[in-house]
Amino acid sequence: MPTVAPLDLEGHVVAAHFLGDTPFFATAAGEIRRLDGGEKVTEAHNGLLTCVKDPFSAALLTGGEDGKVMRIAGDGTATQIAEAPRKWINVVAGGPQGAVAYAHGKSSVVVLADGSAKEFAEERTVEALAFAPKGLRIAAARYNGVSLHWVNTQLPAADLDWKGAHTGVTFSPDGRFLVTTMQENALHGWKLDGKAGEARHMRMTGYPSKVKSYSWSPKGKWLATSGAPAAIVWPFSAKDGPMGKAPLELGTRANILATCVAFHPVEEVLAIGFIDGMILGVRVGDGKEALLRRPGKGAITSMSWSSNGKLIAFGSEAGDCGVIDISA
Amino acid sequence: MADTAPQKPIPVTVLTGYLGAGKTTLLNRILSESHGKKYAVIVNEFGEIGIDNDLIVESDEEIYEMNNGCVCCTVRGDLIRVVEGLMRRPGRFDGIIVETTGLADPVPVAQTFFMDDDVRSKTELDAVVALVDAKHLPLRLKDSREAEDQIAFADVVVVNKTDLVTPQELATIEEIVRAINPTARIYKTTRSGVDLARVLDQGAFNLERALENDPHFLEHGHEDHVCGPDCDHHHHDHDHHHHDHDHHHHDHDHHHDHGHDHDHHHHAAPSAIHDVTVKSISLRGGEMNPDRFFPWIQKVTQTDGPNILRLKGIIAFKGDEERYVVQGVHMIIEGDHQRPWKDGEKRESRLVFIGRDLDREKIEKSFLACQADQT
Repeated sequence: MPTVAPLDLEGHVVAAHFLGDTPFFATAAGEIRRLDGGEKVTEAHNGLLTCVKDPFSAALLTGGEDGKVMRIAGDGTATQIAEAPRKWINVVAGGPQGAVAYAHGKSSVVVLADGSAKEFAEERTVEALAFAPKGLRIAAARYNGVSLHWVNTQLPAADLDWKGAHTGVTFSPDGRFLVTTMQENALHGWKLDGKAGEARHMRMTGYPSKVKSYSWSPKGKWLATSGAPAAIVWPFSAKDGPMGKAPLELGTRANILATCVAFHPVEEVLAIGFIDGMILGVRVGDGKEALLRRPGKGAITSMSWSSNGKLIAFGSEAGDCGVIDISA
Repeated sequence: MADTAPQKPIPVTVLTGYLGAGKTTLLNRILSESHGKKYAVIVNEFGEIGIDNDLIVESDEEIYEMNNGCVCCTVRGDLIRVVEGLMRRPGRFDGIIVETTGLADPVPVAQTFFMDDDVRSKTELDAVVALVDAKHLPLRLKDSREAEDQIAFADVVVVNKTDLVTPQELATIEEIVRAINPTARIYKTTRSGVDLARVLDQGAFNLERALENDPHFLEHGHEDHVCGPDCDHHHHDHDHHHHDHDHHHHDHDHHHDHGHDHDHHHHAAPSAIHDVTVKSISLRGGEMNPDRFFPWIQKVTQTDGPNILRLKGIIAFKGDEERYVVQGVHMIIEGDHQRPWKDGEKRESRLVFIGRDLDREKIEKSFLACQADQT
């Protein structure tokens, strides 16, 4: 039976992550707490809007209402990477070679390891950024599509167009697909390795509400998403991804919305967080479910697995967080 | 500490008005006067707001068409983001004010609060307030449609800078505003000095409160409006405001349009009224048959939605002991029971549409055909 070590924080928790085996919790007020043999606090922002784990290094990247972009190291040390005074920074992403991207208004900015910055003007406000898994390339989601930029060239952006507002963006781990979440209750996908003339669009619809959380399975065979009273899990192993295939529905609950999903780092096991605070663990292979946390005070906003796959850190919009030990 | 009890939705006031109409002055008053409340303000540019405040957020106006094939289904993408961020720490403020640019269309702003589920679950559109520069309004109406849209869409119109015009000019301005929007409350003031209680916390989109605040809704009498401290109470009595509305005679000629009406007995600046392209249709009927009324209002808002800026109404259904109120923006329509009919209160149905290119005759005829006593 899994055990839950609770942690009660004040207010909305934006993110829960692990750096090594140490859990970190970032609150909307701007504090980052880490449980490292006791509770330690880093005051990162006056108002924190986003906090992501840098997939390329052992650090968290944050953006805030104070216009700052910060890097939070494993020992809790905060370093300022950039500042855009009086702008809200709600989009940050970590890239290879120490690069960090952030956006404000119609600009995407990439700060390189040497501190130099490259700015890309977009036609519309940047809603989300993601680095490609290979090469120094970023995708900026915006109204009516996604712009792809090679950071170290002056080439014009490659535009992937699809009508509507794209609010989130992610590359598949193998870089063959790009998927966006939309203002409508839908995902949109592009096959990036298709031949000329080949159909490259993927429409993934049928959600009763907006998709706000997504997670790729360890080898990129599946893309799990929130936005329905179950995790909706799309198959991406075929050449054309989920085209013409129905998604799996895992952890189905009657009318209780799944708000957060997170794949185990090695196994095809998915943690699903719900609007009532419940967390289920579900094995993709047979759909077998395990209750990991009973309902709590608020919707699950964030979940992350430790690298050894034994711990899950979670946060909620009501501040009731914790660490689940599934090895117990 | 947050608990599981649902939070009361945060009221949102939308402040529109042409450049120079006095929005910044009004905002500065809201931010600096002691009224015991704190407001988060979303502005397009910090510009001249001379107040340093964590709760002033700059945001680029970003209009998103919803991907459903409907051109009038637009929202403000930037507001969705900013409101989401603000609402993660709701204890910091009592309300949100959205200031729009001078040329902004207020509709996407308002629709954001109905069409986005996340925004809608945490906030409640309170009122759309339009500031009007008394001196320059006739000119603005000539050269832009936005100035007219802002007035047409408003719940509260503040006619500002009244010291720069003569009493006759002011009377004309008021008539123009009234011709564009017969349901808005109008306040006349200088230096944006309107009583803030007339601007904030109006509940204009709240079905329980909306029309309750307007005891004389659709009575066409400006003298019934609640006047601000700067109002001069010398309202002119215009004949056309006292038509005997006889709802059994749908071909009665009182239903001609206001602009036209004004033409015959007004003198000052009739040209400004000619520049008005928005018109309103005020309907009155008896008790309605819900099986006819609901399909009808659905159909009207579906087919004429793009031309309807606002609609508001109080409906009496036959055999129903409660008043039913409706309000809408373009194709979005909401309705609910409001309260029991009072003893002696006349059970009649009243509905007003504000928009462009609306076929008055057709709408009125089909509305009256929804009456319960029609066969």
